Amino acid sequence: MRSRRFHMLVSAIGLSIGLGLLAGAASDAVAQDKKTFRMVPHSGLRITDPIITTAFISRNHGYMIYDTLFGVDDKMAVKPQMVDKYEVSGDKLTYTFTLRDGLKFHNGAPVTSADVIASLARWGTNDAMGQKLFSYTKEWKAVNDKTFQLVLKEPYGLVLDSLGKPSSQVPFIMPKAMADTPANKNVPDEIGSGPFRMVKSEFQPGVKVVYEKNPDYKPRSEPASNLSGGKVVKVDRVEWITMSDAQTATNAILKGEIDMIEQASYDLLPELKKSKDVVIKDLLPLGMNYMLRMNWLQPPLDNVKVRQAILHAIYQEDYLAAQIGNPEYYNVCGAFFGCSTPLATDAGAVGVKKPDLAKAKKMLAESGYKGEKIVIMAPTDLNSISQLPLVTTPALKAIGMNIEMQSMDWQTLVGRRAKTDPIDQGGWHIFHTAWGTADMMNPIANAGVKGLGKQGGFFGWTEDAVIEKLRDDYARETDPAKQKKLAEAVQKRAYEQVLYIPLGEYHQVSALRSNVVGALPTPALALWNIEKK
Amino acid sequence: MAAIPVMGVVAIFVFLLLRLSPGDPAAILAGDTATIETIAAIRADLGLDRPIPEQFITWFGQLVQGDLGRSVLSKQPVTTLIAQRVEPTLSLALCTLIFAIIVAVPMGILAAWKQGSWLDRGIMALSVAGFSVPVFVLGYVLIFVFSMKLDLLPVQGFASLSEGLPAFAARITLPTIGLSFIYIALFARITRAAMLDVLGEDYIRTAHAKGLKDHVVLVKHALRNAAIPIVSVIGIGFALLIGGVVITETVFNIPGIGRLVVDAVLARDYPIIQGVILLFSGIYVLINLAIDIAYVLLDPRIRY
Repeated sequence: MRSRRFHMLVSAIGLSIGLGLLAGAASDAVAQDKKTFRMVPHSGLRITDPIITTAFISRNHGYMIYDTLFGVDDKMAVKPQMVDKYEVSGDKLTYTFTLRDGLKFHNGAPVTSADVIASLARWGTNDAMGQKLFSYTKEWKAVNDKTFQLVLKEPYGLVLDSLGKPSSQVPFIMPKAMADTPANKNVPDEIGSGPFRMVKSEFQPGVKVVYEKNPDYKPRSEPASNLSGGKVVKVDRVEWITMSDAQTATNAILKGEIDMIEQASYDLLPELKKSKDVVIKDLLPLGMNYMLRMNWLQPPLDNVKVRQAILHAIYQEDYLAAQIGNPEYYNVCGAFFGCSTPLATDAGAVGVKKPDLAKAKKMLAESGYKGEKIVIMAPTDLNSISQLPLVTTPALKAIGMNIEMQSMDWQTLVGRRAKTDPIDQGGWHIFHTAWGTADMMNPIANAGVKGLGKQGGFFGWTEDAVIEKLRDDYARETDPAKQKKLAEAVQKRAYEQVLYIPLGEYHQVSALRSNVVGALPTPALALWNIEKK
Repeated sequence: MAAIPVMGVVAIFVFLLLRLSPGDPAAILAGDTATIETIAAIRADLGLDRPIPEQFITWFGQLVQGDLGRSVLSKQPVTTLIAQRVEPTLSLALCTLIFAIIVAVPMGILAAWKQGSWLDRGIMALSVAGFSVPVFVLGYVLIFVFSMKLDLLPVQGFASLSEGLPAFAARITLPTIGLSFIYIALFARITRAAMLDVLGEDYIRTAHAKGLKDHVVLVKHALRNAAIPIVSVIGIGFALLIGGVVITETVFNIPGIGRLVVDAVLARDYPIIQGVILLFSGIYVLINLAIDIAYVLLDPRIRY
């Protein structure tokens, strides 16, 4: 009797394993499903409100379910998206916009002027470009359900650039009921009018997000171009599957269990390149930028000569080699507004491309620096920037600075950098971070060149009336040639005062199965136009 | 009843520990380019600007009503988030435990029975290997062999039992094998040691003298008397499995509780951390209770 039970147990285990093997084959077949697109995003989606946070993953979610009034094309020119047509009055004070026909939210309600105005008001509370636009705004008013007007106090050169801004805190259009949520609270629902609908029942924060094609979406007739043109959805379902381990994601795409890795690990690219089933693409052609940010409230960094000495001690190539390694994916870049944008310039770029240690030492001596301790916050858990403080520390020690590199996790750093306290009470001197070029491509979008100090400035609280005047002049200017001149002036001033130190541009490439076509190079993540052959 | 004060102390300790540790959920929520005004507004909305005792009273008041609060980041109820992650973790823990017991206990019995033989040494060598090989290394090796080279099983992911046994088995097999290695090593060693203690007893010699077959002596007389330490270790092992599978969950991309709590710690998502640790403390209390009950069943001399 006992023997029979034992055999039954063994048989059951064998059967389970056998069935499991069959299931493996079956799961591969599922992965071949051409109407479901599975991808590994760069991070897990937890915050679904793209206005309350600047997190890229929330922005990407926004592009899935919401639509925008304007979008940028391949040449970074702003083109109408939800807007059918617009007019600007002769005095440049009144913009009249008319929405396209047939725009509907996922709940079936039509998109109206009231929804647009409420959405823009909420966006204008949090976003830097939105805040600037609203500071020039007299009023927004609905002419009728499809037509609305922006009335300005004075001419403003960045109206369309603001409404068509491509990256974080994008002016997405939500139903008024959602957009009336205060900007410091998450919106309570996921209703947009974009090309995809979120399947809320399958949402697992940080694990999986599922979207389905929005059958009511009416794409524009123009071909898709960057974040403008026809957003034609060619798959029925998109799954974002978070994988915190890069090796697991690599194995999964090699095996065909997923169709795309948004940001492939540099270390594992050689393995991916060996496969004929996987292609590597740069879908973020504007790239990303490393930066070194100093705290102007903390002596001795309140002294511009000390900051300039640090600037002259920095060599971008060291950072890029340490953090990225392969020169194929980075380039030395001294531009504050991106090296491949309309405002790209080398104006004022000193030091970063060619360090001058002798000059740095001389400037430090002239500054009156007396060996005060400089605290560098070093995030050890954020692989994408963890090497940067390790380069800064010896570089500054080499010119005679007293450096204390304090290791911590990124979230501790994020909490601590908001502190304006002195060093002995948890304050700090230097941290490093990375921003997408799309978030810094002009003097208004780039929070790093704000000169507002503690009243609205980015951490480090750079305060400079001259740069604020230049930014205002830039914002008012409507002639692109003059805007470019002003942007150059902003950059020169930023280098003179050392608002931050650019540490180079790099490119995060994507891995796609070779049967995936139509992936668009964009500053965000665009999954319309993609199909599996 | 003793569980209630234990969990109460855990609740207070975890709450204070989180509030006194560095990091700010509001800054994390606001993102990289937020201003201090934005962060302050979010902090006020989350109630994090209020005094810690006031925050604790609010949280504890919700807790006694069964409300663990909502995630700071996703705004989902913590109970929902935990419920989403329970099945993968429990499945992995139970499969690992069952597989480890099935493999390890006979190995331990055999090793004890054949003490000093090549079989004993071989099993003990395997046990040392089980303790020595990190679980992530073993996981990658299993994936490389069975998924990438032999193409027999999927690389990653979890399928619920509701999706069918074949899908479930396909996804759970490799993580179970990978995770069970160390538990096989542990259980085999404990079983061997406990059996060796018992096999030297007079009643075992008596049983042999009565002419009973070896397997009857080993299982009916020796194993039953050696079971107390084995059950204790299995119980502790299960408790460790519930809370300690995060590496396996990461390597095999299983959305379990381990990853939930690690992600929450990294994001300073206080309500999730508090909720999961309370859950863990409850599970630990229940497992200890189950072990105590098992003692009574295995040895009628034990009384509480």
